[in-house]
Amino acid sequence: MTVHMPTEAEQVAAVLAIAAGRHFGGPAIIENLLRESGGASRQTWSFDAVVSGQRHGLILRRDPPVTAKIEGERSTSLDRATEFRVLAAAHRAGVRAPEPLFELLAADGLGEAYVMRRIGGTAIARKLLRDPPYAEARRLIAGQLGEILARIHATDRASLPPLGCRQAADHIAGLRRSLDLLGWPQPVFELALAWLDRRKPQPIAQPVLVHGDYRTGNYLADETGVTAILDWEGAHLGDPIEDLGWLCVKSWRFGSVDKPAGGFGSREELWAAYERAGGGKVDPARAHWWEVFGTVRWGIICHNQAFRHLSGSIKSMELASIGRRAVETEVDLLQLLKSGG
Amino acid sequence: MAQDRPTAAELLSAIADFLREETTPVLDRAEPRLGFQMRVAANSLAILEREARLGPAADAREHQRLVALLGRDGTLEELNRALAQQLRTGQRDERDPALMAHLEATIADKIAIANPKWR
Repeated sequence: MTVHMPTEAEQVAAVLAIAAGRHFGGPAIIENLLRESGGASRQTWSFDAVVSGQRHGLILRRDPPVTAKIEGERSTSLDRATEFRVLAAAHRAGVRAPEPLFELLAADGLGEAYVMRRIGGTAIARKLLRDPPYAEARRLIAGQLGEILARIHATDRASLPPLGCRQAADHIAGLRRSLDLLGWPQPVFELALAWLDRRKPQPIAQPVLVHGDYRTGNYLADETGVTAILDWEGAHLGDPIEDLGWLCVKSWRFGSVDKPAGGFGSREELWAAYERAGGGKVDPARAHWWEVFGTVRWGIICHNQAFRHLSGSIKSMELASIGRRAVETEVDLLQLLKSGG
Repeated sequence: MAQDRPTAAELLSAIADFLREETTPVLDRAEPRLGFQMRVAANSLAILEREARLGPAADAREHQRLVALLGRDGTLEELNRALAQQLRTGQRDERDPALMAHLEATIADKIAIANPKWR
């Protein structure tokens, strides 16, 4: 006699049928369930829930139960419940972002998870930057990213769950702590962090909602341009220019190196759109500081990702290989520090 | 004891080519997520091939420069640890041309192994 062991997909589908039924108030049939490529630990599943003949296109965001998270992840990533509330606040504030619908319960057994509405478009940078259908979108995206960011930063703080505030000095301390935990000497990152430390901007008196991972690859776009901002797990309170600097880090241009605004436009285009949409005046020196900071940050994240594999926390060749990408940011840092500031 | 041909670089190169040209297209059709992972694997093998070929000389050059810069001897890791410490405490910074020349040369050698197309 053979016993059928449910696959992960069957298990997820069964739970989603119950949870969607609870939310929509009627028996739900789950169709087209598909695990999207991407994060080893943070899963994204696409599915349809059919309730009383009506089809809802939905997305499940899910952290499977894990044994241990390393220090870096614990200190900077939101749990799913907080991410759900940040997304809800941003969506209510009119930010182009998926509408979050409902959270799963601990008893559902899928780990931390919530469901949001599916929005059309692709996040794949390579397609957006090179494929013919996106020719018109390519002219629009830099400006749209500036406008949407102004709206994110204007989100009413009273509508947000409690979030950590991270000013420039906190970020520098955090990255130095990461380097110490990794335990490998990193002269170029130390040089850049000391450079940043000596020039760090004054703390922001009125910290705003910072997305924290605002870059190409983390939003959806179609032929008309940006349709939704994704990946809110890095949200915190802080300096709005942090998001503008991060978007311009060379790694997020995916080869379109002469277009700093995410591979789609100039910094000036991005800043002008941000200012027109009600964002504050952008000081170029401050933006440069945050771009240098973002470059160090991505380099150290590369090492942290590799360390998740090396520490045994997650077995992943993909994460291990990211460690060898850190040197790309060392090349960029030496160029950035030479180009003034 | 010296091994027979193929050298490490030659064998790594043969495996990388096999995975990229024969395995990846099949996986792309059958299971795209694994196709992507196979590309990552083939790319990693290409890094190891360059490391086997270029790494030893690059390490020797880095060591020689660090000895000259710091005025002391030690393992590559000890010397880099000492340099990293000096940079964190501000004993040296980007205004030191000898330091910058060393870092530029070191990173040029590293990127030539990790991703020679990066610009």
